[in-house]
Amino acid sequence: MFSIEVESLTKKFGSFTAVNSITFTVKSGEIFGFLGANGAGKTTAMRMLCGLSRPTSGQASVAGFDVYRQAEEIKQRIGYMSQKFSLYADLTVLENIEFYGGIYGLTRGEIKDRGEELIERLDLRGEEEIMVAELPLGWKQKLAFSIAIMHRPSIVFLDEPTGGVDPLTRRQFWELIYEAAATGITIFVTTHYMDEAEYCDRVAIMVDGNIRALDAPEKLKRDMGLATMERVFYSLAREATRGD
Amino acid sequence: MKQFWAFVKKEWYHISRDYRTLLVLIGMPIVQILIFGYALSNEVKNTRIAILDFAGDSYSKELTDKIEASRYFETVTYLRSMNEIDRSLRSGEAKMVVVFPNNFTQQLVHQHESQLQLVTDGSNPNLSATLINYINAITRDFQTRVINEVSLPYTIHVQTRMMYNPQLLGAFTFVPGVIALVLMLICTMMTSVSIVKEKELGNMEILLVSPMHPLAVVFSKAVPYIGLSVGILSIILLLSVFLLGVPISGSIILLYVVSLIFIISALALGLLISTITNSQQVAMMISLMGLMLPTMMFSGFMFPIESMPIPLQWISNIVPAKWYFFSIQSIMIKGLGMEAILKEFLTLCGFAIFFLVLSVRNFKVRMA
Amino acid sequence: MRKMRYILRKEFKQIFRDPAILRLIFIMPAIQLLILPFAADYEIQNVNIGIVDHDRSTYARELVRKIEFSNYFNLTGYSNSQKEAMQWIEDDVVDLFIEIPADFEATLIREDEATLLMAVNATNGTKGNLGAAYANNIIGEFNRHVRSEWVQWPAFNPEPQIEVVHSQWYNVHSNYQRFMVPGILAVLLTMVGGFLSALNIVKEKEIGTIEQLNVSPIRKHQFILGKLIPFWLLGFVVLTIGLAISYFVHGIVPEANIGVLYVFGGVYLFAILGFGLMISNFTDTQQQAMMVAFFFMLIFILMSGLYTPIESMPSWAQIVAWINPVTYIVDATRIVLLKGGTFTDIRFHFLVITLGGLVLNTLAVWSYRKQT
Repeated sequence: MFSIEVESLTKKFGSFTAVNSITFTVKSGEIFGFLGANGAGKTTAMRMLCGLSRPTSGQASVAGFDVYRQAEEIKQRIGYMSQKFSLYADLTVLENIEFYGGIYGLTRGEIKDRGEELIERLDLRGEEEIMVAELPLGWKQKLAFSIAIMHRPSIVFLDEPTGGVDPLTRRQFWELIYEAAATGITIFVTTHYMDEAEYCDRVAIMVDGNIRALDAPEKLKRDMGLATMERVFYSLAREATRGD
Repeated sequence: MKQFWAFVKKEWYHISRDYRTLLVLIGMPIVQILIFGYALSNEVKNTRIAILDFAGDSYSKELTDKIEASRYFETVTYLRSMNEIDRSLRSGEAKMVVVFPNNFTQQLVHQHESQLQLVTDGSNPNLSATLINYINAITRDFQTRVINEVSLPYTIHVQTRMMYNPQLLGAFTFVPGVIALVLMLICTMMTSVSIVKEKELGNMEILLVSPMHPLAVVFSKAVPYIGLSVGILSIILLLSVFLLGVPISGSIILLYVVSLIFIISALALGLLISTITNSQQVAMMISLMGLMLPTMMFSGFMFPIESMPIPLQWISNIVPAKWYFFSIQSIMIKGLGMEAILKEFLTLCGFAIFFLVLSVRNFKVRMA
Repeated sequence: MRKMRYILRKEFKQIFRDPAILRLIFIMPAIQLLILPFAADYEIQNVNIGIVDHDRSTYARELVRKIEFSNYFNLTGYSNSQKEAMQWIEDDVVDLFIEIPADFEATLIREDEATLLMAVNATNGTKGNLGAAYANNIIGEFNRHVRSEWVQWPAFNPEPQIEVVHSQWYNVHSNYQRFMVPGILAVLLTMVGGFLSALNIVKEKEIGTIEQLNVSPIRKHQFILGKLIPFWLLGFVVLTIGLAISYFVHGIVPEANIGVLYVFGGVYLFAILGFGLMISNFTDTQQQAMMVAFFFMLIFILMSGLYTPIESMPSWAQIVAWINPVTYIVDATRIVLLKGGTFTDIRFHFLVITLGGLVLNTLAVWSYRKQT
């Protein structure tokens, strides 16, 4: 059973090929890492899967729905968290929970229950009424992630979710990801932190719009005879011709 | 100094790459000049009127013809009864109804006097008064020329000389006004918003930890706007001279010097605004409501200051644009020199220094 | 429908939490309506006049006195040197001066006619023209007076007279503020509808939250309605504040059922919100949106007949004016508030704005792309 199936997916901007005919599948409940330097095309690929960007050619289905024809069905079943901050800074913690719960069609009762649970889990008790703007960055990101999965999506897309966060908080953030994966949610995460790559079940490494390697981190290291993912990544990305 | 120019260059890239904003900044003065120069006019002409002719005799027809022949009026409808007047005026179909009573000609011939009734839409009282004046003039003319030609004794003639602007062009007033408005827009609004934007996006911190003095960082943001302002000022002047025929009678150098002082005071105001707010929307609002509006209202370019109530006349004195408008008009149109605008010039310098000192002080307080 | 409620709740919270927007919505109309009508007065009063008197005869003195006691003029200079008078004009001491030549009185009596010289500072064309017209009126009156002293008209007037009588409707006291207030009110509605809605949408683009909404199951129309409805309602608040100020401060008692105005205002806001939406679709930052909105607002307002009559425009400009939505709201507000117009009187306005609103909103929704 695959959550995501992609075949020859391509995105061109004019004469520039951002994503060049990539093919891969993601299994249900898997933590799938998408690695790449800036400009390698990973965000573009993710945006196509979320229905934010229309592919130039190729096939893709998310949660069993076609990205061309069934974008709205997909949206109901995915969660999304981007590198740009996605909560409303001028709304309180609780108001953000209510709003996002509401637009995903949760009932009032569900919003209340899941909101309570969420606040409890994040240890935000007593802080529900403060503006999100006043939360420390790490908490904001944990809150954003929890809100992104509040409607129990089958897949959640995370676009460089831990940018700018200290190692300890990043660790806590990954614990949240594991908890979510344990409930059966598929995690699709882009990152350029190589230690995070080690946390994934499988990783795809993108270089210049192509997938250069795709396997479990352990297997990649073994096959290439390298000690860390960092080394693996550098040996592949060295050939890159485009960057920022 | 090299660092300073690096910052200026960075700021210039921001401006020149945002082509939509740039297009508006350059397009706005051009469109304004065209609108004011070719579209707007306070002159009354082709006003829609209705005729209600109860007489239908020779003189009423003749006078109607005369009214219609004038360029001030255009008859849109002929009414049949007094009841129709309200509908016609209310819907805006006509601005005035001219009513000829029964036996218009007969009364004029036999009793030597007759009456012409006008009913005007007074919602715009100025227009209404002007229409009545025009009808009066046409009627008087009709009376003397058509009915009896008499030359009157003891006549005083008046020889009038319209100085500086013999064709009574509106451009002479609005060109300096548009200049003041646009400079204010670029210098104050754009500067304050672009500084606050860096604050909002958090880039300000990064710039402030650079080895440059914090004030230099802020000033470097203002420099490209000076360049832009001078460029746009030149465009407006070229359009005015070659398209609208407004002369620059005085010294061009003086014109630019005074403009530069005004630009500096407007920039200082922009800096001041940026020190007191952290959000773009607030900066825009203060610029728009606190500066643009007073500039339009109190610089004397749209509305005469003398007609305002006294408290508003006082307020107009603290609007820099008023002094600038006055100096520009004196230099461009009257061709006067420095000695004639000394008071205005010094006032502008005073504003510039005052705002600069205030914004620098405010900036330091915020830094501490 | 349930989603709509959550969206609206969020929008309202954000608006009411932003002090800048609140000030814009409540204080701006108040200040504009309180001050602008007093300032925006084209009526020219207190024209400064100077006299250069080379004659100093009885008639000259009489003319000076007539000018001094007129309502229009302040006599701010009296001299017998033309050079000095020219300096007055340069220094703005006087707006115009009348020069009475030597032997003015003697010439008038001896030769049946005499000439006065008048020099006007016409830098401001309108003002110069009006000043000259006032002066001509006074001189004309003086002339009749002189004539009546010398000529004994026969008891039976040989000169047929047409007496022009006039009555001015809707504004008996020629109060110019009455004319300006409804127009300014209309402009305020436009600002709230066009400006604020554009800024609000672009703000979500700038801070990036729009991405989050784009991957959510919110439909295009839900997002747009969520943005438009709050400002549509706020438009009515502004209209109400405006009408209250017009009534209490400027004494404008609506002549007709103002329900018509509210309905028309609703349709108009719908149209102008569509316009704001278009702006937000074609801009990426608040700064851009503001500049573009300001650009169009300025053109709309100048070309709306608010300050200068549309009939005075050349025909190409009149076409622009009648495409401009602001023209209709300015006109309709004046018709209803000042002239007691009813639905029938503004049915054409209704038709155009409804159609315009549909076109604008269709274009706006069409150009708002959730997907790139």
